[in-house]
Amino acid sequence: MLHCEKLTCVREDRILFKDLDFTIKPGEIVQVEGPNGVGKTSLFRLIVGLSIPYAGNVNWQGTSILNDRENYYQNLLYLGHKTGIKPELTAFENLQFFQKLQPSHPGIDLWQVLAKVGLAGYEDVVTAQLSAGQQRRVALARLWLNDCLLWVLDEPFTAIDKSGVKVLEQLFIEHAQQGGIVLLTTHQDLSIDKQLLTKITLQKIEDDFYV
Amino acid sequence: MFNVFFQVVNKELKGAFRSQSDILNPVWFFIIVVTLFPLGIGTDPALLARIAPGVIWVAALLAALLSFERLFKDDFIDGSLEQLMLMPHSLAWLVSAKVFAHWLLTGLPILFVSPLLAIFLAMDINTYSALFLTLLIGTPILSLLGAIGVALTVGLRKGGILLSLIMLPLSIPILIFSTLAIDAAAYGQSYLGLLALLGAMLVGAITLAPFAIAASLRVSVS
Repeated sequence: MLHCEKLTCVREDRILFKDLDFTIKPGEIVQVEGPNGVGKTSLFRLIVGLSIPYAGNVNWQGTSILNDRENYYQNLLYLGHKTGIKPELTAFENLQFFQKLQPSHPGIDLWQVLAKVGLAGYEDVVTAQLSAGQQRRVALARLWLNDCLLWVLDEPFTAIDKSGVKVLEQLFIEHAQQGGIVLLTTHQDLSIDKQLLTKITLQKIEDDFYV
Repeated sequence: MFNVFFQVVNKELKGAFRSQSDILNPVWFFIIVVTLFPLGIGTDPALLARIAPGVIWVAALLAALLSFERLFKDDFIDGSLEQLMLMPHSLAWLVSAKVFAHWLLTGLPILFVSPLLAIFLAMDINTYSALFLTLLIGTPILSLLGAIGVALTVGLRKGGILLSLIMLPLSIPILIFSTLAIDAAAYGQSYLGLLALLGAMLVGAITLAPFAIAASLRVSVS
């Protein structure tokens, strides 16, 4: 269970959002939406613990994430705007690194995972030579690989084609049905059943000057 | 735990061998700087032997500085640094692995080419063995100290100059004790005490620097 408690984010002396409260339970898919610059990425960076909140707390299973990072990161998979894929390594080597360092499904075959994300035949190509969409697919392949409860995905559909988006949506639904949590931002309309999908809408605040 | 360390080192080395100029350039730089001195001040063996320790150490320092950029900068740009910080392992341990790989790629080659430079600068075998030992102990300290500086400046757009301003003053003690040890060797005196001091600095750096690097990264990346 992920609980954000009176979260306030200040960027460049401006308040992006304040006193944000919400709880996400296992089995939920949550889409954070709002116009550009409203603080979606900042919110996600607070949730994964890359930034420290100006005020408030992020709690995972009742304890603040900053107090017990290693336990929290056992359960977390974060994909940001930057893919985290090394351009000088091949798709296979990149995934292998993540498989060995993060909790992964035992006995999963990396070749099959790469085939699933449509990269069959590209396993041994240095990722710098792949297209933007293919590079993103390498990063997204980690979703099949790992064993984490909480997925925090910042614009996962960037550069992904329509059929790829469908496959991912299906994967999100399966993950939620198995008791996982999916937290994502996207500007596309998701074709996920309304009962499964919750939306958080961030709005620009009027008096956003920090005093 | 050691498997994690090994995996990070393995990934770094693989990446570095794919882009070889990153490893070779600092070594070339080191060789060229050292060879410039005989050309600039003349080839009198006595004079060269007198200035050799200082020249080699300052060149090693500058070469190290040149190589630091790649320690975290590329990772910061492509997002691997974020992912590293979100691994379910101690960040201090992960960055130690990165610094170790960095030393293998930049400190070790300097050790390998040092015999060649000792010949260029007319060093005798006794002085050279002292030089080798100080480089062996001193270059890992440089890597660790430099990593703190890189971690502090990785988020800045023009961090390069700032990095040298942070890093060079911190490395003064290493420079002083290393050249003192080499000088002592040149005069035929015992230099074990000075090496022991350098060793103490290395132990201190290995135990404390990873935590400083990890904390600096947490600040820089936010």
